[in-house]
Amino acid sequence: MSASLRPRAAIVSVLLFIVFIGVWHLATRSSASVATMSPEYAKLMGAQATEGKSAMPGPLDVGAKLWEHLRRPFYDNGPNDKGLGIQLGYSIARVGLGYLLAVIIAIPLGFLVGMSPLISRALDPFIQILKPISPLAWMPLALYTIKDSGLSAIFVIFICSVWPMLINTAFGVASVRKEWINVARTLEVGTIRRAFTVILPAAAPTILTGMRISIGIAWLVIVAAEMLVGGTGIGYFVWNEWNNLSITNVIIAIFLIGLVGMLLDQILARFAHLVTFPE
Amino acid sequence: MAIFDDPFDAERDLPGCVCGQHRSASEHEQAALALRCEPADSDERRYERVVASAVMRAVFPHDATRRAFLKSVGASTALAALSQFFPLKTATELFADTGAPEKKDLKVGFIPITCATPIIMAAPLGFYAKHELNVEVVKTAGWAVIRDKTINKEYDASHMLAPMPIAITLGLGAQPIPFAVPAIENINGQGITLALKHKDRRNPKDWKGMKFAIPFDYSMHNYLLRYYLAEHGLDPDTDVQLRAVPPPEMVANLRADNIDGFLAPDNVCQRAIYDGVGFLHTLSKEIWDGHPCCSFSASREFIAGAPNSFAALTRAIVDATAFASKAENRKQIAEAIAPANYINAPVTVLEQVLTGTYADGLGGIKTDPKRVDFDPFPWQSFAVWMLTQMKRWGQIKGDIDYKTVAEQVYLATDTNKLMAEMGLTPPASAYKSFSVMGKTFDPDKPDDYLASFKIRRAS
Repeated sequence: MSASLRPRAAIVSVLLFIVFIGVWHLATRSSASVATMSPEYAKLMGAQATEGKSAMPGPLDVGAKLWEHLRRPFYDNGPNDKGLGIQLGYSIARVGLGYLLAVIIAIPLGFLVGMSPLISRALDPFIQILKPISPLAWMPLALYTIKDSGLSAIFVIFICSVWPMLINTAFGVASVRKEWINVARTLEVGTIRRAFTVILPAAAPTILTGMRISIGIAWLVIVAAEMLVGGTGIGYFVWNEWNNLSITNVIIAIFLIGLVGMLLDQILARFAHLVTFPE
Repeated sequence: MAIFDDPFDAERDLPGCVCGQHRSASEHEQAALALRCEPADSDERRYERVVASAVMRAVFPHDATRRAFLKSVGASTALAALSQFFPLKTATELFADTGAPEKKDLKVGFIPITCATPIIMAAPLGFYAKHELNVEVVKTAGWAVIRDKTINKEYDASHMLAPMPIAITLGLGAQPIPFAVPAIENINGQGITLALKHKDRRNPKDWKGMKFAIPFDYSMHNYLLRYYLAEHGLDPDTDVQLRAVPPPEMVANLRADNIDGFLAPDNVCQRAIYDGVGFLHTLSKEIWDGHPCCSFSASREFIAGAPNSFAALTRAIVDATAFASKAENRKQIAEAIAPANYINAPVTVLEQVLTGTYADGLGGIKTDPKRVDFDPFPWQSFAVWMLTQMKRWGQIKGDIDYKTVAEQVYLATDTNKLMAEMGLTPPASAYKSFSVMGKTFDPDKPDDYLASFKIRRAS
């Protein structure tokens, strides 16, 4: 039964995809009614006004454009026009840096919070207030104080990915089974050694879950942050094409953002899988 | 047009029109067109000419006398006669000679609209390179971001709306940081665009309750739209809704029916027409012909730290502006600035904006070669007018010394000197009177002007 589930699910997926593309294609066909206009006037107007072309591109337009982008992903036409590969590279690098910074800070701090009920209580109000703030709300403050748009974007990534990691680490550390810690105590294991050999392996799955949530949020936020500050990155690409009302390119960017987000998530899922243990 | 005048032209008319150099407005237009068709001079020739013209003017300070002299002996004889007793060649070399830039690699921010034409085109068409600068022009997402990036020194200089450097200097909406404007980017070139459904509601008196978008609070667009509405009896704060919307989002908002119209920079107006969602109600030129829109600006700190770089940058911009002001160059410019690296818009749209032959969105083709124009001189009277409007709408509270602020921000004197060095003819005074919707503005009496408006905020 479960062996045949996979191919059947695949068939349903493909069917859904075909239906989606079909509906999309039908919905974006040119409308027939077009106001009559003189040829000189029509020359000055866009296809939407002259041919009644839908403002929304169809799947064929998007496919053709996507192929064009995929054929030369790394072109560089100057500071404001680079290939999609380069733009994605910039975004991933920013997310990577901000995320790494968050890991360096959140995991040790989470350990501290999880191991000490006093610190946990003391920091709780701060974490509760800072956690729900939209990372983009930090942007003006970051621009104003850091005085560098690139660093501000990295800071925003840092601030949005730090909370889920911190909370999950603290939770994972705090909920390590008491018996294991008691056994360690009985065997007179030192605090440092206890943290690394007992608590860390026990809390690792929870910590990884926090990291996985964080990378998802970081990837969501980078697009918005880059749309704000501009310059480079996939978010800037979306903004630049939006500027030209090129919905085709915006759709391509949306697709690629989804793809990269999925890859990042899968990588962390693989790590999470490595550290989980059967009880 | 004063910049491109030839002082050796005996046929040129004496004062009588808008610019003060022609007998009537129509002659002014004609002369302007004729001048644009002149072949572009080489730099050296221009430098030579301006030095000669300065001498000529010094020898014959009165227009009438100079004219009589030129008529009787002819321009070339006059030039030869002048060189007899004045070393024109040496003087020319002295004029053209300037210090090497302290910093050659510069970053200049811009917003992708046709107002930024001189700043943008100077890169692909080599105006920066000509002045020995390696400039990277960086596209920026919005006015607040360009302001912050320039304040943070990520950009050495940037494209700003003409009132922004004044607002930054005064600390409106930011901490006060002295900024300066060495050159205006463009004059005219904006328009009021309305959604197609309003095509029978052309009288502004019927616009009560409508929603309009403007690009930024400290923009000529804001002041011009408010002015226009108020002249038609609508209070822009209570009768309509004004929203600051980034230009690229305006067309999408118009299509989505979130706004009824906008007073926006071009290519946005033409883009709305191109995509069949709006029509051009009026060009901003009809509100105030020759109004400034965007400026090229830099912080005082940059100017003090790298005066030669700043001078070279200004020279490149003024040079590009002079090139852009010629109608025959406009098509080439449209092609140069259309790619994704620069404005990122269809060439047809940019061409319609720059050449002034455009579809109006209602099925007609209109021609107005002055739809957008380029004139670098930072008239201080422009700044005074903007200050009166800032006060009128409550952006500035209390008393203000109009001229001091205007002179601090709008560097007319420096630009005057640079333009003279470059062989262009700067105007004699930095204040000129102009009229907005038929109402004359006297830069010497800003408070009286302000008091003459019925619709305004109490200050």
